[in-house]
Amino acid sequence: MSHHLVIADRLHFRYPDGTPALTGASFRIAHGESVGIVGANGAGKSTLLMHLNGTLLPDSGEVRIGEEPLTPDRIPDVRRRVGMIFQDPDDQLFMPTVRDDVAFGPLNMGLPPGEVEARVTAALRRTGIEELAARPPHRLSGGEKRRAAIASVLAMSPDVLVLDEPSAGLDPHGRRALIGLLREFTHTKIVATHDLDLVLDLCERTIVLDRGTVRADGKTREIFADEPLLASCRLEKPLSMQGHWGRS
Amino acid sequence: MSRIAGAIVHFGALDTLSASGTPLHRLDPRAKVVTTLAFAAAVASFGKYAVLPLLPFALFPVALASAGGVPFGLLGRRLLLALPFVVLVGALNPVLDRMPVSLGPFAVAGGWMSFTSILLRFVLTVSAALVLVAVTGFHEVCAALGRLGVPRPLVTQLLVLHRYLFVLLEEAGRMERARSLRTFGGRGRGLPASGAFLGTLLLRTWGRAERIHFSMLARGFDGVLRFERPLRFGAAAVLFTSGWIALFLAFRLVDVPRLLGSFLAAAAP
Amino acid sequence: MHMADALVSPAVGGTMWAATAGTTALACRRVRQGLDDRRVPLMGVLGSFVFAAQMVNFQVPGTGSSGHLGGALLLAILLGPHAAFVVVTSVLAIQALFFGDGGLLALGCNAFNIGFFPAFVAYPLVYRPLAGPGAGPGRRTAASLLAAATGLCLGAFGVVLETTASGITELPFRLFLGAMVPIHLAIAVVEGLATAAVVGFVLKVRPDVVEPGPAAPTPTSRLGAVFLAAALVLGGFVSWFASRQPDGLEWSIAKVTGRPATAEENAGRAATTLAGIGGGLATLVLVGGAGWALRRR
Ligand SMILES: Nc1ncnc2c1ncn2[C@@H]1O[C@H](COP(=O)(O)OP(=O)(O)OP(=O)(O)O)[C@@H](O)[C@H]1O
Ligand SMILES: [Mg+2]
Repeated sequence: MSHHLVIADRLHFRYPDGTPALTGASFRIAHGESVGIVGANGAGKSTLLMHLNGTLLPDSGEVRIGEEPLTPDRIPDVRRRVGMIFQDPDDQLFMPTVRDDVAFGPLNMGLPPGEVEARVTAALRRTGIEELAARPPHRLSGGEKRRAAIASVLAMSPDVLVLDEPSAGLDPHGRRALIGLLREFTHTKIVATHDLDLVLDLCERTIVLDRGTVRADGKTREIFADEPLLASCRLEKPLSMQGHWGRS
Repeated sequence: MSRIAGAIVHFGALDTLSASGTPLHRLDPRAKVVTTLAFAAAVASFGKYAVLPLLPFALFPVALASAGGVPFGLLGRRLLLALPFVVLVGALNPVLDRMPVSLGPFAVAGGWMSFTSILLRFVLTVSAALVLVAVTGFHEVCAALGRLGVPRPLVTQLLVLHRYLFVLLEEAGRMERARSLRTFGGRGRGLPASGAFLGTLLLRTWGRAERIHFSMLARGFDGVLRFERPLRFGAAAVLFTSGWIALFLAFRLVDVPRLLGSFLAAAAP
Repeated sequence: MHMADALVSPAVGGTMWAATAGTTALACRRVRQGLDDRRVPLMGVLGSFVFAAQMVNFQVPGTGSSGHLGGALLLAILLGPHAAFVVVTSVLAIQALFFGDGGLLALGCNAFNIGFFPAFVAYPLVYRPLAGPGAGPGRRTAASLLAAATGLCLGAFGVVLETTASGITELPFRLFLGAMVPIHLAIAVVEGLATAAVVGFVLKVRPDVVEPGPAAPTPTSRLGAVFLAAALVLGGFVSWFASRQPDGLEWSIAKVTGRPATAEENAGRAATTLAGIGGGLATLVLVGGAGWALRRR
């Protein structure tokens, strides 16, 4: 299924104030893969993710979704296929109620009312928040907000799910529930996070980002076992692996 | 910070109330909005000495609050907090207007009558507005406004503003708390510090707007927020609106307390 | 300062509603024509920002008192007049509905006094000409102070006109104006300084936020028309009020009784009045009973 490929090819990007956020990041993610993107604060994770659906366009290099490059005229189509879940759910839940928010994407896709309704119901059920449909987002807990944000993206039936810090601010139970929920999504997943245990649980592959470029890309367990690499990228081995490997 | 915390609590309380599902809550919001506006206009239409004829109008907020389960304590607290300006502007009436008006065996300065009238109008109109939100819900009020012809950008503005009120109030509250931990006496509360404080809050707000915009774009935003509410102006709504407006007209034309009074006087031995 | 429903007559409230509705329609059309869909979230959260900022008190230099930002001028600087007017109106609507500040009938008055004057008069006619691109901090502060004073004094004037024209409070026009203008000049000092401080801070950190965009299409002709119309309406109120009420006291007592009253007549109606008070109490009992019955259902 090559049309679900996500390819980044030597991406360079500077913010308007001159900060170089991406300095030649490249990778290729195939259909169905579940990939963790890790890196210290400011490594460029969020910036990279925002290139994957055309929120930001690279200064040089290109993103390819499927086989074709992501050009401005393809942005609407790409945004439907690449579902993006942002770091702070308050930024994503901007509609008056959860239901309105989940319906926002499908309505913008111009679907008929019946189809919108069906998708909203299905997304709410999948994320287990049917009974919260009529609530305004500011009256939800952190974990419920996160679920609602995920529902709002699932309703657009994306082929690729991109998540930025999905476990930030969740308690252990909420985090477990989130991992369970994400496991059920069998399409491609790309997760940027500081939560290396989450990556260990969810992603067989990990990309290490450092100062805007890819430092390592491989099997999650192997990468997390490479202590010199982690240290040079200001990362720490996940807690659950520290037990097995002992503290040095 | 107590003002911010108070505002958060108050919003939360009205929000909770508006989420309850009484039949009054389910009524078409347009009926409630139009009736409340008619109410405000009817109350305002009385002459400045009107006190008694205004009393029957209390039926509207009282009935709605009761049917919608709105506690009177909440209304009372809010009324007290909003009172000062009205008192300020009305307080001189008793001093300036000394023309006697008879009140039973006594004569009082007309100013006292008009001052009482101002207070009464204040209580009536403010509680009607609060009750409207509590028994309708702000989103429904906005939906009604949209259907009644209020331009779309303003309706959208109201909804987004309301959505982020809590977020911003909480952010401001956190920053304020952090500031108060580091200020002593008046220092650090002067203008330069406040410029930086508000400036920081403004920049965070701006950043949030940009992130919200990104997340809107990510879901196909094309400049219009679609929040359709299936509204149906059914028989109940027609009855509600016409019934109340007829009652307001009757209260406006017939001085009910005086009528009741003479009735009572005639019945008394 | 917010006008309250309790002080507004339907004629005044209605006229100002019409004026505000017209301005809102125009402003909304302009906002939509701007075709900048960043505006949607930006205006919304800036409304919340103004709401929150109004609750943060700070010390006013040279006095022991404290004040807070109003925000209309700042919004005009950040968003331009049209969007600023829409945002101010939305903030006022929320304050009226949730907090009982102002009121539904008085909303038109308030949007005009608090939103129109700063956004459509003080900003384009005072602030922009004085604090053009590249103005230094001194110039910006001066421009903010003058613009805030213009906006707030016009607003205060509006409040006084609308209140006296409504004829519900007894405050004589001159006295009221004499009290309101100095108060609002003091508020304007706070508003001007705070606005300049915020703009100055933001300019240092993120100049793109406050840089006046590609010179907004100066809305002179149509706006001038709106302003002229508003001035005429307000002027009309004054003259109407002045002619209707040559002498406040006589006029008002005549209104109560239908004709000028004498002391004997007043005493003679004592019984009727007593009955009226009894009737009033009875009314309240009935209202209370209705509420009680509805609550128990
Ligand atoms: N809007 C912006 N304007 C200017 N620079 C920015 C902006 N957003 C991010 N940056 C800078 O770009 C670099 C990469 O930021 P990015 O947010 O992508 O990092 P991140 O890996 O997501 O960090 P975190 O783990 O803290 O979320 C950082 O140096 C950051 O300061
Ligand atoms: Mg990030």
